[in-house]
Amino acid sequence: MLNYIKLIALGLVTFFALVAMNYARDLAYLVNALTIALVAIGMFIWVLRNTDEPADTRDYSNEYMDGVIRAGVIATALWGVVGFLVGTFIAFQLAFPALNFDWSQGYLNFGRLRPLHTSAVIFAFGGNALIATSFYVVQRTSAARLWGGNLAWFVFWGFQLVIVLAATGYLLGATQGKEYAEPEWYVDWWLTIVWVAYLAVFVGTLVKRKEPHIYVANWFYLSFIITVAMLHIVNNLSVPVSIWGSKSVQLFSGVQDAMTQWWYGHNAVGFFLTAGFLAMMYYFVPKQAGRPVYSYKLSIIHFWALIFLYIWAGPHHLHYTALPDWASTLGMVFSVILWMPSWGGMINGLMTLSGAWDKLRTDPVIRMMVISLGFYGMSTFEGPMMSIRAVNSLSHYTDWTIGHVHSGALGWNGMITFGCLYFLVPKLWNKERLYSLSLVSWHFWLATIGIILYAASMWVTGIMEGLMWREVDANGFLVNSFADTVSAKLPMYVVRGLGGVMFLSGAIIMCYNLYMTVRRSPAIQADNSAVPAE
Amino acid sequence: METYTFLRAFADSWMLLALFAFFIGVIVWVMRPGATKSYDSVSRIPFRHENAPAPDRRPASEED
Repeated sequence: MLNYIKLIALGLVTFFALVAMNYARDLAYLVNALTIALVAIGMFIWVLRNTDEPADTRDYSNEYMDGVIRAGVIATALWGVVGFLVGTFIAFQLAFPALNFDWSQGYLNFGRLRPLHTSAVIFAFGGNALIATSFYVVQRTSAARLWGGNLAWFVFWGFQLVIVLAATGYLLGATQGKEYAEPEWYVDWWLTIVWVAYLAVFVGTLVKRKEPHIYVANWFYLSFIITVAMLHIVNNLSVPVSIWGSKSVQLFSGVQDAMTQWWYGHNAVGFFLTAGFLAMMYYFVPKQAGRPVYSYKLSIIHFWALIFLYIWAGPHHLHYTALPDWASTLGMVFSVILWMPSWGGMINGLMTLSGAWDKLRTDPVIRMMVISLGFYGMSTFEGPMMSIRAVNSLSHYTDWTIGHVHSGALGWNGMITFGCLYFLVPKLWNKERLYSLSLVSWHFWLATIGIILYAASMWVTGIMEGLMWREVDANGFLVNSFADTVSAKLPMYVVRGLGGVMFLSGAIIMCYNLYMTVRRSPAIQADNSAVPAE
Repeated sequence: METYTFLRAFADSWMLLALFAFFIGVIVWVMRPGATKSYDSVSRIPFRHENAPAPDRRPASEED
């Protein structure tokens, strides 16, 4: 019976998507409507073929739901390569503007590809990593199967649809112009539905947990899910100009809109890229090191301090603007205090290895996790420093900011995710070990040197252009024109691009290694009756 | 504007106090007597139930 309702609903969705396509006022909306129609038709056929087939009545409650995690791991690795590739390409577009080809103007130029890169790495790569690992961790630490049955699959595929709609929309010009919140209103609405489902699956699993205590990693994941929901809704309050077009108008305007945007933007860093990834750290670092976290007490204080402070740090993006002074001072002060919980968490992660430091020599996966914590510590020191108003007057609008973001994103988020993928793939595909540890080492060194090239070149070019912009001669005239700084930056831009090439090659090596692990590594011999498989 | 003034005054006083008290409370709670022992067991949660959920009805078997 349920299938008939689904078929009617999918038929209606297809119909309305095709109507929307017909009335579409802009190309991005048309292509997005077509995408939705195709997905709905595909699902219609799939549901139809399964209708009136004998239902699967087996009891899965004594197994973990790992299928969706396997899909998430594959999606993470593939979107990662896509995001890194686009990033490397736009890095070279900045160095060599001729790469903004004439034939692709308006589609593949830097302005269109840049949001594609940021969204692909943050939301497609990072988001899939967070969803997959959270499903893995919440089941293991709750000793319970995921709640909601196929709702987890809805979350996975729904999120992929968000990515595809957003990515095609960017290339065709649909954007709200809000950094990291570029997708237009209908993608925002769809993401809200997917996110509520995600929250339901996660909390549902926590509610039926068999462990009395909620492990600290789940606290971090939960704060990430709830806060992102709140940020997403408030920052995307907008009125569509037409139901048949992608353009919408923001509810807030002026400095209120700017403050809302950076309240969102900085907490996307704080809760998406930090709290969620710290959750990964609190599960996977102890697992890979084979010892419990250094101090559980510290982890609880770390959690509350981090979420209490991060939410206030946003105004440091708006120093020397129309934002009131008290607000930007508040943001600055909280950013500086935030240094403490950040380093507390880093120390907690690093010291988990105390007594097992020898593993750094033998296990490249733990090496990856440790260097991710190193980069976390470095960028959470650099960030508070850059948020100080006087430093910000030099660093803002320069490449230093981009270097800072990338030492955090490539070093911390990227490396910890790679470590988790190397941990998860043998577990999820029931393999004894990875296909090749030396390939992991290759990945490690390529990625590390790539990040160092990236960060170092951005420090040099950022500080150089900041100093050039403010240089005045004896009569008080500016010495350099903007174009002077651009030409002075060329060598650094080439070095940055090479760093990107190295990071990308490492990720491709990882994909090959993981693929061969699934294909070639010996399976774990079943030595008892409890076979972990779905 | 009244709403703003009220919320602003509230945020600067009672809410600030409440959040600060909560945070201090967390630290005191974490340091409570006996915490070390219970956190010791809790911090080993990742090393239990790696391959299958805890059984439902059967008598508690040893954890893997």
